[in-house]
Amino acid sequence: MLIDQSKFLFVAISLFFIGLCGIMLNRKNIILMLMSIELMLLAVNFNLIVFSVFLDDIIGQIFALFVLTVAAAESAIGLAILVVYYRIRGTVSIEYINLLKG
Amino acid sequence: MYLLLVFFPLIGFTISLFFGRFISPRGTALITCTFLILSFILSCLSFFEVGLSRSPVYIKLSPWIDSELFDASWGFMFDSLTVSMCVLVTCISSLVHIYSTGYMSHDPHQPRFMSYLSLFTFFMLMLITSDNFIQLFFGWEGVGLCSYLLINFWFTRLQANKSAIKAMVINRIGDFGLALGIFSIFVAFKTVDYSTVFSLIPYFDGYSISFLQFNFDLVTLIGLLLFIGAIGKSAQLGLHTWLPDAMEGPTPVSALIHAATMVTAGVYLIIRCSPIYEYSSSALFYITVVGALTAFFAASIGVFQNDLKKVIAYSTCSQLGYMVFACGLSNYSISMFHVLNHAYFKALLFLSAGSVIHALSDEQDMRRMGGLIQLLPFTYTMIVIGSLALMGFPFLTGFYSKDVILEIAYSKYNFLGTFAHWLGITSASITAFYSFKLIYLTFLAAPNGYKSSMQSVHDAPFSMGLPLFFLSICSIFVGYLTKDLFIGLGTPFWNGSIFILPHHLNIIDAEFIPIHIKWIPFFVSIFGGSLAVCLYHLLLRLSFSFYNNTSLFIFIYTFFNKKWFFDRLQNELIGSSLLKIGYAITYKTIDKGLIEFFGPSGISNMVFIVSKQVSDLESGKINQYAFLMFICTTLLVSISLVLSVIAPYIDLQLSFMFVLYIIINNIKLNKIK
Repeated sequence: MLIDQSKFLFVAISLFFIGLCGIMLNRKNIILMLMSIELMLLAVNFNLIVFSVFLDDIIGQIFALFVLTVAAAESAIGLAILVVYYRIRGTVSIEYINLLKG
Repeated sequence: MYLLLVFFPLIGFTISLFFGRFISPRGTALITCTFLILSFILSCLSFFEVGLSRSPVYIKLSPWIDSELFDASWGFMFDSLTVSMCVLVTCISSLVHIYSTGYMSHDPHQPRFMSYLSLFTFFMLMLITSDNFIQLFFGWEGVGLCSYLLINFWFTRLQANKSAIKAMVINRIGDFGLALGIFSIFVAFKTVDYSTVFSLIPYFDGYSISFLQFNFDLVTLIGLLLFIGAIGKSAQLGLHTWLPDAMEGPTPVSALIHAATMVTAGVYLIIRCSPIYEYSSSALFYITVVGALTAFFAASIGVFQNDLKKVIAYSTCSQLGYMVFACGLSNYSISMFHVLNHAYFKALLFLSAGSVIHALSDEQDMRRMGGLIQLLPFTYTMIVIGSLALMGFPFLTGFYSKDVILEIAYSKYNFLGTFAHWLGITSASITAFYSFKLIYLTFLAAPNGYKSSMQSVHDAPFSMGLPLFFLSICSIFVGYLTKDLFIGLGTPFWNGSIFILPHHLNIIDAEFIPIHIKWIPFFVSIFGGSLAVCLYHLLLRLSFSFYNNTSLFIFIYTFFNKKWFFDRLQNELIGSSLLKIGYAITYKTIDKGLIEFFGPSGISNMVFIVSKQVSDLESGKINQYAFLMFICTTLLVSISLVLSVIAPYIDLQLSFMFVLYIIINNIKLNKIK
């Protein structure tokens, strides 16, 4: 089966860059940031699967599964950190997260 | 004997400086005077041996500097020139020592004073007896140092401090020229010994030396550089301003240093280097011009001074001009003769002035004196003898040297000679004018001083009177007695210590100039003197009203009273602009500016600023961190892409730092306030 690979890759890269812009341009909401990270991981996953199919190799899909679990764990931990942070500070706006000033 | 002659004053200095506090002021006075008189007696003996018996003495004491080609030794050379100066220096110095015991008897620092005087005498003897230029320079700097110490003797007085610094600095300008002269002598001759240099001079005639692409005639260059030294030390026009200010020191100091000995060192240098000057007619030209101008310039200022000591100081300056232009006209022996004679009557004048000042409880302004003839008859007699000798009254000492100088100037029969002659004649009449003005205002005019100071007037005590008496005897007789010895026709006295080229010799021509020219100095002196007395005695009221009503005359008076504004020009054009350069350029621009900017504080500021900028990158904003990561990743990728293409054209490390710097600055701009 002949697949037009470049279209799939275009989608993946577009998703990735949308996630990236979400991280960089977002100044208010940290939840959006987490969502953008998820989006980027999804883009990567998509990319892995596309290549796995294109190269006819199962390793990519195994990787994708791992990434899924890692992403789930990561978002769980991230949300937990956010909850803890919210309890202490009462806000999760990025503007006020600047304690690490150089 | 010859070494003792030089080192006796040093012994006196050492004893009175280090043991002065143990042996009472009177003890130090006694010791220093004794050593000086011993030195004087030895000088007289050496004058007999070297000068009259014509047997020069040469003593090589010990090596001083011995390095490959350069060798200078502690050597002493006693020829006719040296012993004449030795007699002069030790004679004046011992008389001044004796005088100081009376004049400074109430001063709390008398041991220090006597020790400085002795040290000065030692350095002066070192200067005149040396056999090489290095040792001459040693003595030269030494007398400058002693001049500083002695002008500054009353160190609590601000004016004395300033004058001493001025004397030291202006002398140092001349010393720099002298040092350059010695360097160029060494470059050319590879030695600094008198005997070698002087015997080699004829072979270097027309030889030129190249410096910074300029070619100089060697002999002229050496002559002019040495002459700059003489200008400084002998207070010739240009560097003369220190001499009148040096009157801030005690009067015996003025008599010893600034009238009789130290200022003659410059003239001595020219006379000693006569073989050098004889081979350079352009150096002789400049010497003559400067000397003649100084003679006229200083005399014209002297007329309008009101300070007793300043008048005599300017007269010294003027007489030094006579000596220098006599040298410039190649009559070194006549110049030397005038040095010797001048020392006696100038010391006499200064010491008598000191006696007047002492009597009037330190009043120096001539306008506050007057009527002292009844109170100070002895001092009056002395000062009249001194003044008559100074203005060249016939058959006194000054007559024999001064008139000869004017005659040889006339008999040069060229522009230079005529120039010097007429300036000399003019200054002779002015000299007579201010001498008589001084006598009239101080002794003959109606009393103008305070009653309290008039009541305590007393004539010179024995210790001050004796030197005055001795000097007055010298001022009357020395010229007549030694004329034939020093400048007589074909005198064998100089015995090769002075060299004159045969075609420069004109002392015989000077004997056969028209008789009216010979009479001119006499008449102008008498005219000047009588004019002074007329003006101040008969026409005082008239001239005063004339002065008050004519602004031109006020201008002229101010012009001369303020020394042709020479000091002011010097201070405002040279002094203050140099100070401004020192502050604005060397201090502010170079030291605090360039060196600090590229040096310690610049680097530390730079490190501080850059580190501040780098740490500002860490804004604490998470999205900015992310942005930074993205930018850097992009850059890294793009650089790795284009690197292979542009690598030959750029310096990798530098451009990396450049990019880093741009990033840092841009991020700083993006910082959210």
